[in-house]
Amino acid sequence: MPTPLLALDGVSKSFGAVAALRDVRLELHAGEAHALVGENGAGKSTLVKILAGVHAPDAGTVTLDGRPLLLSGPADARAAGIAVIYQEPTLFADLSVAENIFMGRQPLRSLRRVDYAAMRERAAELFARLGVRLDPDRPARGLSIADQQLVEIAKAISLDARVLVMDEPTAALSGIEVERLFAVARSLRDAGTAVLFISHRFDEVFALCQTVTVMRDGRWVSTDPAGTLTVDEVVRRMVGREVSAMYPKQDTAPGEPRLQVRGLTRHGVFDDVTFTVHAGEIVALAGLVGAGRSEVSRAIFGVDRHDAGEVLLDGSRLPNGDTAAAIRAGLALVPEDRRQQGLVMELSVERNTNLPRRWRLSRGGLLFGGDERRAATTWAQRLQVKAGRLTDPVSTLSGGNQQKVVLAKWLATAPKVLIVDEPTRGIDVGTKAEVHRLLSQLAADGVAVLMVSSELPEVLGMADRVLVMHEGRLTADIPRARADEQSVMLAATGQAAAA
Amino acid sequence: MTAVDTAPAETATGGGARLARRAFAVRELGIALALVLLVVTTTVVNPRFLSAQNLKDLLLGSTILAILAVGQAVVVITRNVDLSIGSILGLSAFATGAVFVAVPGLPIPLMLVIGTALGAVLGAVNGGLIAAARVPALVVTLGTLYMFRGVDYMWATGRQINAADMPAAFLGMGTATVLGVPVLALFAAAVLVAVGYVLRNHRSGRELYAIGSDPAAARLSGIPSGRRVFYAFVTSGALAGLAGVLHAARFGTLDANAGLGTELNVVAAVVVGGVAIFGGSGSVYGAALGAVLLTTIRAALPVLGINPFWQDAAVGALILAAIGLDRALSARVARSLRERKAHV
Repeated sequence: MPTPLLALDGVSKSFGAVAALRDVRLELHAGEAHALVGENGAGKSTLVKILAGVHAPDAGTVTLDGRPLLLSGPADARAAGIAVIYQEPTLFADLSVAENIFMGRQPLRSLRRVDYAAMRERAAELFARLGVRLDPDRPARGLSIADQQLVEIAKAISLDARVLVMDEPTAALSGIEVERLFAVARSLRDAGTAVLFISHRFDEVFALCQTVTVMRDGRWVSTDPAGTLTVDEVVRRMVGREVSAMYPKQDTAPGEPRLQVRGLTRHGVFDDVTFTVHAGEIVALAGLVGAGRSEVSRAIFGVDRHDAGEVLLDGSRLPNGDTAAAIRAGLALVPEDRRQQGLVMELSVERNTNLPRRWRLSRGGLLFGGDERRAATTWAQRLQVKAGRLTDPVSTLSGGNQQKVVLAKWLATAPKVLIVDEPTRGIDVGTKAEVHRLLSQLAADGVAVLMVSSELPEVLGMADRVLVMHEGRLTADIPRARADEQSVMLAATGQAAAA
Repeated sequence: MTAVDTAPAETATGGGARLARRAFAVRELGIALALVLLVVTTTVVNPRFLSAQNLKDLLLGSTILAILAVGQAVVVITRNVDLSIGSILGLSAFATGAVFVAVPGLPIPLMLVIGTALGAVLGAVNGGLIAAARVPALVVTLGTLYMFRGVDYMWATGRQINAADMPAAFLGMGTATVLGVPVLALFAAAVLVAVGYVLRNHRSGRELYAIGSDPAAARLSGIPSGRRVFYAFVTSGALAGLAGVLHAARFGTLDANAGLGTELNVVAAVVVGGVAIFGGSGSVYGAALGAVLLTTIRAALPVLGINPFWQDAAVGALILAAIGLDRALSARVARSLRERKAHV
């Protein structure tokens, strides 16, 4: 083997008493795409942050070109030629898209002035290369998560880095966007860049990478050529056990109509959406990112007002734009973005769990610690939330456990209708299966479940019925028996007639 | 309003973005319009309001507030606040008098430099404490507000420095005009243009906006946040120090109470001027306009026959109106971005 471009050897990192990384090794070679897989909490993000210069390792060495590399901050990592695309986009909402890409290294003209025209031009070139049409002048505020991710990718590419680290860059992207990203990643790789790719989607891992490193519980498990591995083998190494059925959908006979949506319209976002979800049924809402799925679920829950149409729960009409009334009527929404919308990150696990029913838990308007503790403990145990203490801030939990807290929070209200938006986005295989089992169990208990999901296997594995949206309109309603990848994708890309 | 976006380059970009940019321009334009409206109304009631003398007085009256507002805007853009500027102004003003008492022949430019440097040092105390102790600026500068004022009281010990103790040329600067424009206002204009230029055209200036927009993302982008925020406070302090010297030149009589309570007036000017209190957006031009508007209101209300006791209420209403306008605008921009979608 030639000398690796970037190598980590015996790297360890602890936060307080928690060891995030223990004796980890990793070698990245020029012109090679290297996959890093592992469950959430396996230490991948910590490893990324060490490469990015955000954290300094407690022990071990990082070498670049065989020379020791000391990073005292993100600026150092960038200077060393390491570009990082983080899992969560980190954009400046008030600044333009072009400024976001070039912040700190804006092109300059005379007198060291920022050259806005050149910056706009170069941003436009980057977007052209990625095959997306984004206006470099618009503010980053209001961009969809997919578009934010594309800006992050443009930023990383513009660095002409020797090492490109991508921490789940595809989580919010649609199929076509993923293809374009991969085309760019491949051309960078072939031009001699070392690519480190982190993903929970195995088809992507095998499509892009030559080498696969598996991590578990902060430790290195294995590094092998991708050709010698199978998905099952990788999953087994990640979880250290066999994952029983990923999609344990129990067959249930649908009952009474629970949630009826009629002619729901929000101008410019979605148009004339009509469907029904019955008790005991899991209905998936599929479609490409930006098709308006999340927006429909937000309007049903009353977060956004709708311009026309109505929402009925058990036959009675819900007031427009009134979330409190929706919750009272028995509706619950697990939002897409758990950090921004699902949780109050600074509050404790138990406070978060009890938020929607704090009034029901209170006595004379006051909350008592004992009551809170008991209520939260019940749900934490039922969902197997792994937290140090229930009084720890929820921000200290791993992504999968945070998602469980969001679920616990809404399940505690005993909803009749549960809307889940990307319920397993960015969480690990083991937790994913648990979430799926939970949803299936809820449906069996008579809850009507509406699941927005971008993951086809999840949609096909879990749903009794698949509704497909394309550009704000419902284009298909496919029963489980007839739903397959082709029928859903055709409808999602607008190529199938409305069913 | 359409004049804002007639540049040919902009016709190629998306409608949503153009509207968003127009809204940014409108922030400053809105204040300018309010100012014009106020002046016109008052002049109709009393034509003498627009006399050369009165205009000069208005400019002169706005000068110190505007300089302070420019410094404050730099800090607020980084999602911080500097409450100590009133005390820095007081200390610098009293120092000006004390230095002239000790060295009567000191050249005026040197005095300006001394005052500015004193302010910069005090600003560095603020910035240093915020960076080192990682305590919110609100708390740190609230502390130094009292500390600096305390030092001022101890130094002054009830003394008062009178105009007679200061050189005539220095006091003359407080009322002198060049082509009818007060010299002090020229100082403010120079400060405004210089700071505005850096914020708009220099990387460090753009980084201040980035820090205010998202501190965590700024750190991940390798922006030296601590250093930038430190210099923002040094700038704010230095401008308050400069304002102190100008205060001494304008008023002549100095005791330890100079600039007492100014800080909230300045924050009001900045907010009215369209600088978002949570950082990341706004401009120093808006902040300076806000200062002029507040000063003009205080001058106009008596002319309009409104009870002076209502003045504070009027300023308060203006702040609420500015924030309301801000919210309405951002809601409109959000809607337009939504309807036109992200892709052009």
